[in-house]
Amino acid sequence: MLEKALHGRRGYWIWIACLILVAAVGFFFYLRQLDYGLGITGMSRDVSWGLYIAQFTFLVGVAASAVMLVLPYYLHDYKAFGKITVLGEFLAVAAVVMCILFVFVDLGRPARVLNVLLHPQPASILFWDMVVLSGYLLINIVTGWVILSCTKKEIPPPSWVKPIIYLSIPWAISIHTVTAFIYAGLPGRSFWLTAIMAPRFLASAFASGPALLILVCLILRRWGGFDAGEKAIQALAKIVAYALAVSLFFVGVELFTAFYSGIPEHEAQFIYLFAGLHGHSGLVGWMWAFAVLAAGALAALLIPGLRKQEKWLAPACVAVFASLWIEKGLGLVIPGFIPSPLEAMTEYHPTGPEIAITLGVWAVGFLILTAFYKIFTAVRGAASMPAGPTAGGR
Amino acid sequence: MKQHKWGLIFLGLAIFVIGVTFPFWYGKGKSTPPVLSLETPEIAGLARKECVEDKAFMRSDHMKMLKAWRDEAVREGKRVYTAKDGRTFEKSLTGSCLQCHSNKEQFCDRCHTYVGAAPSCFDCHIVPGEVKK
Amino acid sequence: MTTKRRDFLKIAGASALTLLAPSLFGPAWAEDAIVIPPGRASGPTPALSARRWAMAIDASRCKEGCTDCITACHAVHNVPDFSNPKDEVKWIWNEPFSSVFPAEDHPHQGKAIQNLRIPVLCNHCDNPPCVRVCPTGATFSRPDGIVMMDYHRCIGCRLCMAACPYGARSMNFRNPRPFIAKINPDFPTRAKGVVEKCNFCEERLAKGMIPACVLACKEKAIVFGDMEDPRSEIRLLMETRFSLRRRAHLGTAPQIYYIL
Repeated sequence: MLEKALHGRRGYWIWIACLILVAAVGFFFYLRQLDYGLGITGMSRDVSWGLYIAQFTFLVGVAASAVMLVLPYYLHDYKAFGKITVLGEFLAVAAVVMCILFVFVDLGRPARVLNVLLHPQPASILFWDMVVLSGYLLINIVTGWVILSCTKKEIPPPSWVKPIIYLSIPWAISIHTVTAFIYAGLPGRSFWLTAIMAPRFLASAFASGPALLILVCLILRRWGGFDAGEKAIQALAKIVAYALAVSLFFVGVELFTAFYSGIPEHEAQFIYLFAGLHGHSGLVGWMWAFAVLAAGALAALLIPGLRKQEKWLAPACVAVFASLWIEKGLGLVIPGFIPSPLEAMTEYHPTGPEIAITLGVWAVGFLILTAFYKIFTAVRGAASMPAGPTAGGR
Repeated sequence: MKQHKWGLIFLGLAIFVIGVTFPFWYGKGKSTPPVLSLETPEIAGLARKECVEDKAFMRSDHMKMLKAWRDEAVREGKRVYTAKDGRTFEKSLTGSCLQCHSNKEQFCDRCHTYVGAAPSCFDCHIVPGEVKK
Repeated sequence: MTTKRRDFLKIAGASALTLLAPSLFGPAWAEDAIVIPPGRASGPTPALSARRWAMAIDASRCKEGCTDCITACHAVHNVPDFSNPKDEVKWIWNEPFSSVFPAEDHPHQGKAIQNLRIPVLCNHCDNPPCVRVCPTGATFSRPDGIVMMDYHRCIGCRLCMAACPYGARSMNFRNPRPFIAKINPDFPTRAKGVVEKCNFCEERLAKGMIPACVLACKEKAIVFGDMEDPRSEIRLLMETRFSLRRRAHLGTAPQIYYIL
């Protein structure tokens, strides 16, 4: 089936070439980073994690999108999702690959990464995160590929794949929970020290991932020769709406606890985020952009009349994706370090090379995603139109 | 058409074979293994011209031994090594090994360069005499 | 064959005994375990050992502008000076009272307290979060309480930096060697990409020397000793003076005690 990714129209190849170019630029700067050290980034002694770990945290959420298709289809026989579960699984594959790459580029000594396996530390949440992420990657590669192969051969999927699909549901919950525990288990960082960290991760994940899936479905319908069906798209839109609502509710709950209790070390980071603290306001613009985008998207998605129109649905999904990228990436990782344990206000500004490497990893992810979706549309097009030629380019 | 594809297949196979065997023939005959001279003034000045363990063992397993020393000294605080013949040594690269093997370029680097090994010991550990106390 | 088996039994027996040692014999055994090679001119003096190393700092004794402990530590341990806060590496440094004890600070605190510069360093916690989170075991607790870094094993993920509630850890964002004014050949430098911190001078303890900062302090403001030994200087000090620990409510059981 892989060869199907090698046939496409001009637009497809231009897109591929652009992605390869961005990835190559990122790789070039990664070599620079290897040579110079992580000092090439904007990270510092006080803000020791930055853009890379923020992307990782956000993308773990995107990876979970598959479960929002698999669960209704396999557990509740919601047939509208039958055609597109594979899209979710491939999105999960691309997202997990990006997660792993972002952790890798963040390592100070990447050559020693196997020490995590050579000297496993079951007390370390990062060890378990590696376990659940690689497991989730494997599960989604297997299930996505097997189901698509069976679609191509027009045979029902083998029975052994069903248990793996059922396993993928709790496993998807686990990747969020474990990733949230990386943050929520640290005693000195009061911004992260909250029991609803894992639920927050889940809620925002079930909004951002399916929002991207809706966009993918809209793109494939217009240019890919594949129609997921209005019913499936609308069902996804409702999932996004409620997940976003829950996600915003959780943010509100955090704000209440911090400000009503009035405990300074719980308030400080939220003040820094939304108003600026001691003259430092690096994330204020971002956080208000999040608030406006999320509120607008929620309105557009909750009102059925708007949600049903593509011209409202598409921008709303872009807004959901962008706002949660801010909230769960920048807005979650960076303020954990500001102010520092010694009350120092050190702000964080990513550098050019750091942004180039970040874009490079995204490009690799989208390259994988494009190739998978190209194969998917080719197989689907052939399966649904037995007499016609294989579907054209993207 | 078929002929054409066979050509491509053989081309691919040839590239694969060349790539895989590259390390075995590239550079063959271009370099000779270094010969270590034992007639140096440092060695002549030693009371006992014998390493921690016998020469064959040290030659083949010094890296394993250094790793074991490293882990035992750093992680378990066991800093003294008792050799097979009963002599004791401090488990220290710079404090023990390099005290006799004082010429790092001659003793360490030549072989490491020849076999293409790049140990990172000296990224951190300081070669005696490299800096003034 | 027999000799080999006997060797094996000897080693196995000795190894098994070392496992029991800390609980049975305590410090006395630890000293005996180190075989002093006979006839070596520079034979090491017996190691200093303890059941629980700890430190007390009387910051009120610190002279204004004095950096003796910092200078001594950073010189002995090849700590680089990048001269910028972003890449900064530090093992011991000083901070105002309001930063070190934010929960105990208030606006009417006397000038004497407000003007203090309090030395801060790794707290060598009894329940260290950095050890808990490390995915490779590169940072670990020794039986004598020292929280150690194995620079050979660290992958540079910096989870320990996020976990440390004291900001005691530094990352080598760049190759530190060019930024060390004068290299001490007896202690390794670090390479870029690993995290580092105070090691309670374990390399000096092993040679029978007290930590460099303690030795360097002319005001005798720093006391270092075995907290489990009821007759040690630090224990007697704890019994007579009021002391504070940084963010003790977090349950990390920090082992730097501040007398103010």
